[in-house]
Amino acid sequence: MASGEEDGTVEEKETNNKKRTKGAIATAWLTFYNIAMTAGWLVLAVAMARYYLQKGTHKGLYKNIARTLKFFQTFALLEVGHCAIGIVRTSVIVTGVQVCSRIFMVWFITNSIRQIQNEESVILFVVVWTITEITRYSFYTFNLLNHLPYFIKWARYNLFIVMYPLGVIGELLTIHAALPYVRRSGMYSLRLPNKYNVSFDYYYFLIIVMLSYIPLFPQLFFHMLRQRRRVLHGEIVVEKDE
Amino acid sequence: MATQCPRLSPTPVLSYCDSGASGNKSDHHQNTNSALHISQRWMPQCSGRLLALHANAGAQKKVGRLERTAATDPAGFMTLIFQVEILDSKTKEQLCFLDKVEPHSSVGDIKSLFHKSYPKWYPARQSLRLDPKGKALRDDDVLQNLPVGTSAILYFRDLGPQLGWTMVFLVEYIGPLLIYLLFYIRVPYIYNHKYTFTSSSHQVVNLACACHSFHYIKRLFETIFVHRFSNGTMPLRAILKNCAYYWGFAAWLAYYINHPLYTPPSYGETQVNYALIIFVLCEAGNFSIHWSLNSLKCEGTKCRRFPNPSKNPFTWLFFFVSCPNYTYEVGAWVGLSIMTQCVPVALFTFVGFIQMSIWAKGKHKTYNREFKDYPNLRMSILPFIL
Repeated sequence: MASGEEDGTVEEKETNNKKRTKGAIATAWLTFYNIAMTAGWLVLAVAMARYYLQKGTHKGLYKNIARTLKFFQTFALLEVGHCAIGIVRTSVIVTGVQVCSRIFMVWFITNSIRQIQNEESVILFVVVWTITEITRYSFYTFNLLNHLPYFIKWARYNLFIVMYPLGVIGELLTIHAALPYVRRSGMYSLRLPNKYNVSFDYYYFLIIVMLSYIPLFPQLFFHMLRQRRRVLHGEIVVEKDE
Repeated sequence: MATQCPRLSPTPVLSYCDSGASGNKSDHHQNTNSALHISQRWMPQCSGRLLALHANAGAQKKVGRLERTAATDPAGFMTLIFQVEILDSKTKEQLCFLDKVEPHSSVGDIKSLFHKSYPKWYPARQSLRLDPKGKALRDDDVLQNLPVGTSAILYFRDLGPQLGWTMVFLVEYIGPLLIYLLFYIRVPYIYNHKYTFTSSSHQVVNLACACHSFHYIKRLFETIFVHRFSNGTMPLRAILKNCAYYWGFAAWLAYYINHPLYTPPSYGETQVNYALIIFVLCEAGNFSIHWSLNSLKCEGTKCRRFPNPSKNPFTWLFFFVSCPNYTYEVGAWVGLSIMTQCVPVALFTFVGFIQMSIWAKGKHKTYNREFKDYPNLRMSILPFIL
């Protein structure tokens, strides 16, 4: 039937238009998000550098940048949402694990256990995170704007080889330093007897968290290595053709 | 030409094609001429390939042989014959060469042949595909229906040690049963040593032990006597993961229920009794559903009819859900959670509910796809909700 066919094509055009606008909105939002995050971590980097240059020591540095750090790191939860609704093509689980480990460090270790805030390991992982995040978010930004300078791409796929292990060392040393304070204060723990018939010991939980780095870290690291190989391998093929 | 098909005995084409090998099989001499004629018509690559094979025979390449039945093809002697080459999907080296494969032999037959050459790779462990990165072929796929010429190349991958379904379930269920009992009798080194081998003063703890044990004994019984499993298997790695989950969780919840500092439910006897009623009804329901699924005439995973309610009132849940066995399972664990008022039990129930919902949704989709008259009212696991 003629009218039926016409309706069909009109509907098709409408869905195509909807898809295009959705794509445009997603790109606009992602561009804004990545620019904001790049700016945020840059602010953090500048604040840390200024503090160290002025005071000459790392003591009290964490307290100075704590609020900014907590804000921008928590904001990164949105990335899990991006993967879930499909506007970013990364696995939800990989992103989820990475963001959760960051949130955990910031809120449940350094924020709640004041005594370890002046440890060197804290500065180590905060510096590593700052460098990694600035590289990563600027990479995404330039990618979305279709204008990627080579050195950003190089940085994104090569710096992690040093930054990832350093970050892990910083995090593990921090958790290890926190253990005695956790044991002494019994924080975040629930003892028997209670009417829910469950117990939770934050001290042993932290030990389990530290042990879980052993299987999880290599998986994430090799995931990045595989991505790196895929990107660089693609480049080599293009060069040969030319 | 003789009207009767020459009797091709179960020897490789080698003896036919290789005209140079005289006196190889003397009893086939009278057939050689006509057989050679046939082979040259239908297997043009034959002589070249088989000369190479002859040369390779010295290099001890394994050649599989298919036991052929007498080929009395109604069309005469024009039987299309396949050759199958099996390569390792990673190294691409040739593992096995099968000549004279019948066109209507299945992938399962080829796997049995391959097993003869490599005894440690039993058929359940083999994954054969047309493309190294493609999907695995099913055992019931027929060779001539595959998109290959008369010379097929299959890529082999070792799936690792496999266990049949019955064995899998027995292992998975015996763990929680025994582990819980160990905690119940309070073996040493779990709790404070002054509580070793004592019994709890609360009635509900004994009741919980009875219910938990009944649940797993019933499951073991069903695995042995009720369920009919397909010939499928599960890889060893997956079994270890499943066992770690079931056994670990059982230990965790048993630890708290049988703990000397256990707190009985807040609403006392009433709470325990109502929870017990829920538990018993759901266990009965779960068993009824398993029994009714058993009575369906199914061949492996394909069933002629979808399950329907019967005279048994427990099966009336089929009006509302596709997988009432999962519904009853969740119900039984909810009953146990309320009875013990123990967070680990509730967590186990929750995680189990998530997993079973995923399975139920899959099954529901399959039913809807396979049966055009599938009732619309049915949801997958929770009536009207999920």
